[in-house]
Amino acid sequence: MRFLATCLIAIRALRRNKLRSVLTGLGIIIGVAAVIAIVSIGNGAKAQVEAQVASLGQNVISIFSGNFTTGGLRGGGGSAGTLSPEDAAAVAREVADVVAVSPEVRDRAQVLANGLNWNTSIIGEGPDYLSIRAWDLIEGGMFTDQDVRSVSKVCIIGKTIVDQLFPDGSPVGQTLRIRNIPFKVVGVLKGKGYNLFGQDQDDVVIVPYTSAMKRVSRRTNLNSILVQASSPDRMEKIQQDITDLLTQRRSGREPDFTVRNQLELAQAATATTKTMTMLLGIVAGVSLVVGGIGVMNIMLVSVTERTREIGIRLSIGAHDSDIRVQFLIEAMILSGIGGAIGVGLGIGISELFSYLNGWNTLIPVWSVLAGLGGSALIGVIFGYFPASKASRLDPIEALRFE
Amino acid sequence: MQPVVKLEDIHRVYDSGEVKVHAVRGISLAINKGEFIAIMGASGSGKSTLMNTLGCLDQPTSGRYLLDGIDVSRLERNQRADIRNQKLGFVFQGFNLLPRTTALENVELPMLYSKERISSREMRDRAMQALEIVGLAKRHDHFPSQLSGGQQQRVAIARSLVNRPQVLLADEPTGNLDTRTSIEVMGVFQKLNDEGITIVMVTHELDIARFCKRNLIVRDGQVVRDETVANRSLAPVEIAKLQAAETAAKLIHHPA
Repeated sequence: MRFLATCLIAIRALRRNKLRSVLTGLGIIIGVAAVIAIVSIGNGAKAQVEAQVASLGQNVISIFSGNFTTGGLRGGGGSAGTLSPEDAAAVAREVADVVAVSPEVRDRAQVLANGLNWNTSIIGEGPDYLSIRAWDLIEGGMFTDQDVRSVSKVCIIGKTIVDQLFPDGSPVGQTLRIRNIPFKVVGVLKGKGYNLFGQDQDDVVIVPYTSAMKRVSRRTNLNSILVQASSPDRMEKIQQDITDLLTQRRSGREPDFTVRNQLELAQAATATTKTMTMLLGIVAGVSLVVGGIGVMNIMLVSVTERTREIGIRLSIGAHDSDIRVQFLIEAMILSGIGGAIGVGLGIGISELFSYLNGWNTLIPVWSVLAGLGGSALIGVIFGYFPASKASRLDPIEALRFE
Repeated sequence: MQPVVKLEDIHRVYDSGEVKVHAVRGISLAINKGEFIAIMGASGSGKSTLMNTLGCLDQPTSGRYLLDGIDVSRLERNQRADIRNQKLGFVFQGFNLLPRTTALENVELPMLYSKERISSREMRDRAMQALEIVGLAKRHDHFPSQLSGGQQQRVAIARSLVNRPQVLLADEPTGNLDTRTSIEVMGVFQKLNDEGITIVMVTHELDIARFCKRNLIVRDGQVVRDETVANRSLAPVEIAKLQAAETAAKLIHHPA
């Protein structure tokens, strides 16, 4: 087949000019590597953000207490303090497709154990809290409904608390004191790391919300209520139902609460990384086009430089299509191989990046395919002009060319 | 016997706008199989145009050119390329080998543009045979830059032979070579001609033309003389003469 022979001719021609071939390919290599590295690093960043969002729990809707205003003095968010455990119970009872509800009370306090002390968050929650936030225990068990009803002095603690207050041995069964009230440690949480806002999620002591209200904070209201929906597509409906229900329970007063769902948070967080990735991707794409123009330049120069060679080929029987295809294939091989090396380099860069930063960069298959296909396409586009120029040469003129 | 090449009243006019240059003015010519012709003439005589026409690189303005019985004077660009590939072999003054390409790959080149598919093994075998004929089989992996002018020209001859052409066309094949190498190259041509290959060459050197069997002299686009060479030079004899002369002049030292 003539095409195969032409491929062979093109490969021989490239091999003859290794340095030129390498330099030409370099533009493509850098372009493709940049595209792949940026896309995978961007994807890694997105995955990182998504993982952090997922660590908040699945299909979680939060009801926050509204703010309170008296005589021109405006309290901050949540200051109204009008969410009650009864609201939580009503949501659990009356809103359809709700899987779990956990009333939440937040406070900070100095905690003592083993002669050590540590200032940390004290969170009062219901027994379903861990399942809502998809959080596991590595030791012990979660407190129960019974503990909530009996306002038990039990707690589960995060990894940071273990590190700070129980440096030796298992904390389960031991006692820590919150505002001088002894709480028995019944479970230890699995490490969850930092959240989206850079807070240490493991620096926490979780107690039954009733205990938090009556023993730790001495208050009668909740900061918020966590609600878990049965599936993501039910979330909007549930959000609406909760708003309706709570508004109705407040019978005509100004709504003093806000209902947020986790998707909104996730979208806001991923939007930023998406924008960055897109921006950098465009920059990388531009460099790929510049690389393609580099290929065209070299191919054009090489057509002039190789006029005599083209003359020889034409005189011994090459068709103009043979010459055109040869130069096209040369351009495609250059950019194809450049693309392949670029893919390797791009993967290498993103692996290195993930190694240095400790997070996973995801190399999507489409970006590899797009890198390879794009570079071959650039070869065709920018190779066509020099190739057709070469094929139109007159053999007699070309042979005379010095 | 039907001639391999038959030109019938060939004219070639170059039309460069205002001035019309009548390069070839009615040449008729028949070349039979096994002939060895030198076309001679001063520059501007039209011999290069005649050669380009014979080589199917150029088309006559009028007249007919029958190559191996086929009228090639009105073929299209790619059809002429096929004719060049299948029926003609070219040897140029400047050798025109591809640089940074081994002798073997240079010789394989015409087969890569062949219409029929030739396996790479056969290509290699045929290229090696052709190199064998010109005595360069051992240097098949040398690059042109590693070969002398005479050797490069022999590689070019091997390349012209590899597709078993009807006619071998040589344009000033010894123009870039010294006397001794010229005679060696002519020796290669004579040997090929003895094996039955038809050769047409252009030269302006009289003593080179004397290695051929028939001489054509072209002037002002017409053949003014067409004669058989009496007392033809033979390469081995000429080499021996040269050697004797050089020894006599003590140009080279022969260890006894």
